[in-house]
Amino acid sequence: MKTLKNKMDRKTFIKVSLLSGTGIIFGVNYLQASDISSKMPNDLESLNYNNFNAYIQIANNGMVTIYAPNPEIGQGVKTSMPMIVAEELDVVWENVSVKQANLDTANFKRQVAGGSQSIRYSWMHLREAGATARQMLINAAAIEWNVNASDCKTNSGFVIHPNGKKIGYGDLVVKAAKLEVPTKVTLKEPKYFKIIGKQARNVDNFKITQGDSLYGMDYFEEGMVYASIIHPPAFGQKLINIDDSEALKVKGVLEVIRIGNNIAVIATDTWAAFKGKKQVTATYDEVNKKEDSNYFDAQMDKAFESGEFKKIREDGNVLEAFSKADKVVERVYEAPFLAHNTMEPMNFFANVTPSKIELKGPIQTPEGTANQVARILKREVSEVTLEMCRIGGGFGRRLKGDYVIEAALISDKIKKPVKLVYTREDDMTAGLYRPKVKYKIKAAIKNGKVTGYHLQEASVNATVNKMRADFFPSGAVDNLLIETHRIKSKVTCFAWRAPICNILAFAEQSFFDELAIELNTSPVQLRLDLLENAKNHKDKNMQYSPDRMQAVIKKVVADANFGTSKKGVYQGFSAYYSHNSHVAQIAEVEIKDHQPVVTKVYCAVDCGIVVNPLGAQAQAEGGIIDGIGHAMYSEQIVEKGVAQNTNFHQYRLIRLKEAPEIHVSFIKSDEAPTGMGEPTLPPAPAALANAIYAATGNRLRKHPFVTNGLNS
Amino acid sequence: MQFKLTVNNKVYKVDVDQDTPLLWVLRDHLHLVGTKFGCGIGQCGACSVHLNGTVIRSCLFPVIAVGDSKITTIEGLSDQNNHPVQIAWRDIDVPQCGYCQAGQIMAASSFLAENKNPTKNEIKDAMHGNICRCATYKRIEKAVEKAVEITQKTK
Repeated sequence: MKTLKNKMDRKTFIKVSLLSGTGIIFGVNYLQASDISSKMPNDLESLNYNNFNAYIQIANNGMVTIYAPNPEIGQGVKTSMPMIVAEELDVVWENVSVKQANLDTANFKRQVAGGSQSIRYSWMHLREAGATARQMLINAAAIEWNVNASDCKTNSGFVIHPNGKKIGYGDLVVKAAKLEVPTKVTLKEPKYFKIIGKQARNVDNFKITQGDSLYGMDYFEEGMVYASIIHPPAFGQKLINIDDSEALKVKGVLEVIRIGNNIAVIATDTWAAFKGKKQVTATYDEVNKKEDSNYFDAQMDKAFESGEFKKIREDGNVLEAFSKADKVVERVYEAPFLAHNTMEPMNFFANVTPSKIELKGPIQTPEGTANQVARILKREVSEVTLEMCRIGGGFGRRLKGDYVIEAALISDKIKKPVKLVYTREDDMTAGLYRPKVKYKIKAAIKNGKVTGYHLQEASVNATVNKMRADFFPSGAVDNLLIETHRIKSKVTCFAWRAPICNILAFAEQSFFDELAIELNTSPVQLRLDLLENAKNHKDKNMQYSPDRMQAVIKKVVADANFGTSKKGVYQGFSAYYSHNSHVAQIAEVEIKDHQPVVTKVYCAVDCGIVVNPLGAQAQAEGGIIDGIGHAMYSEQIVEKGVAQNTNFHQYRLIRLKEAPEIHVSFIKSDEAPTGMGEPTLPPAPAALANAIYAATGNRLRKHPFVTNGLNS
Repeated sequence: MQFKLTVNNKVYKVDVDQDTPLLWVLRDHLHLVGTKFGCGIGQCGACSVHLNGTVIRSCLFPVIAVGDSKITTIEGLSDQNNHPVQIAWRDIDVPQCGYCQAGQIMAASSFLAENKNPTKNEIKDAMHGNICRCATYKRIEKAVEKAVEITQKTK
């Protein structure tokens, strides 16, 4: 068994209030909550819970509440993180009630939804929280029974002694919470897991299916007003003058104010705020005509011609490899700007008063955003409270709290509690896009082997970083050069689900498919061979495991019977490591009505221990369809500084009939878990493009495929 | 203007402009927030509600057009969150972020009221109009099939 020193701060244990001391005062039967056969009370909220530690509350009747520390954006951590605590606490999952924690930097670590890191970062910490509480309950029982704690065991919410004594957690909680916090706790061995690894449904399903108020958009309190916002129509434009005379005539519009370079319309309800917005006329300075998709394309091509690039990673001697090559293969891949388009448009509630700043709403980075609001309003961080809620999609957009700051500035100015709501158009045209990018990739081939690899990236605003340059094929090709060229623009670019990888993987995994054809080998064999080579490469920076990568490749090849042709079914292969998980995919394309149609995608994943297989499977299904949808259909175009696709009639997202069947296999593992929010997305576009090539001979190198050659 | 609305078998009186979309009357005035704002132009389906049992996009439907029609929102789809579609949605574990799901459920329940024994393709056609940005589409398909199964079993 694993024993480790408890790192938990003693202060994180809140002492039990004696008021809630006896349990029976609540008039409910002693349902040893932890017993699965016990009947749940109808009104769980009415139970009085003891704050046992920051994550766990146990009521005197044994009912357990576990706090979910991180923002829930659909990635499933409100379910999976409490599962980890419950496992080590040793209670019955079905009887655990889960609540969303608020921002609380004293008690919780890294309350962020980003980078697929929630589970990976918190794995040990969550286990320790559960195991520590469990040990304290054991210690309390041992004192009660006058026995050695080390002789006691727990099972499903009870402490048990070999002499036959058995007591429920609810009967121990008051005593236990007063004990010293153990300095050492024992964690379960994975083979004894009862909750981790079992399918658990989304803990909010009941509330979601009856339309409860769960999201920031749903928040209401008496006395609050509503605000809409007008950003400049073009990126980089400066607001000069506002004419609000017509807007103020709209029924329900209270005032129109300037907030920095933006305009806010304050109203008694959302619709009035939206209507008023349309009646505001404003003047802006001249648009920089260079802020334009065509101009960026030309700048990228110019960069490739001039060769002005910054080195990110260099191995061996690339120049020599290319000069000695029998053959050089060179291809260019490209992708447009993408908006995040979370289903819940940006919104936030703010109430800025002289004594406090209350913030409520959807944000992936509550701590950083609370700090920013304090700084901008020149207030103390301690004055800020941030209440977290379920979030209608993130995809990276809500890592940036620009709209939270806007809401706070509005409330500060109008001296009222306010809910700022973006229209879909505001949301889609306000930028923070996935960078528009082109990749030029060259390979040197000598004696049928890949001897040199040279990748050049030309990108608007955000570029490949050192860490991503250490992904495959770094380490697999001896002579390698990764370079980048950044085009500066006023078009704001930002993290978009699986940043950089979401398009870098398309370029590279398409390129290796093309290389395999040039080398007259199977694309799978080419990857396996290169990974074999990577095993000899001693580089501590190398981010992926060649062994784990080979294992997922072999698994997906077996699942999809790759290479054994089914009549009329064409397969495309792709494999990628990102966000600490290894993924391989095979897409199947059939020709229907003379069009290539993706019908099925096989996916094999190694994300270590799978905490919640049902949730992990959902992330794979969603990630793959998301990757395919954006590769096929989606783009944002900027003309003379203005985003052209303003709503879903112009910005096409994948819909139900276009989504393929998904088959997912997880590699059985005892390794610590890694995240699932992002890593299945990056390989999908290349698997699709490679399958379309197999079906039609048409090589698609530019997103979105529907407007860039799919139909030719 | 004063309007009398029947929502989930309850009569409400509201005073709003006649062009106010039903969506915002429901959300901001009646505080029935299960019906969601997604796009405002009838493209995504997050705002789907039933008008006399037929699914409509409430973001485009002006309150004046409601008249005596009966509105059903997600909050009133069943007494105890036990409509076969709601049960199926939980059983199949459809929601990821969950924001679009009320609209999906309203679309599915209206469809199944009309078509008790749909083919796979009919299900796909019926659910094609609602966007799910998390791409829970495969589970939506399965959940509609499950709802058919539940309905047939309980007969």
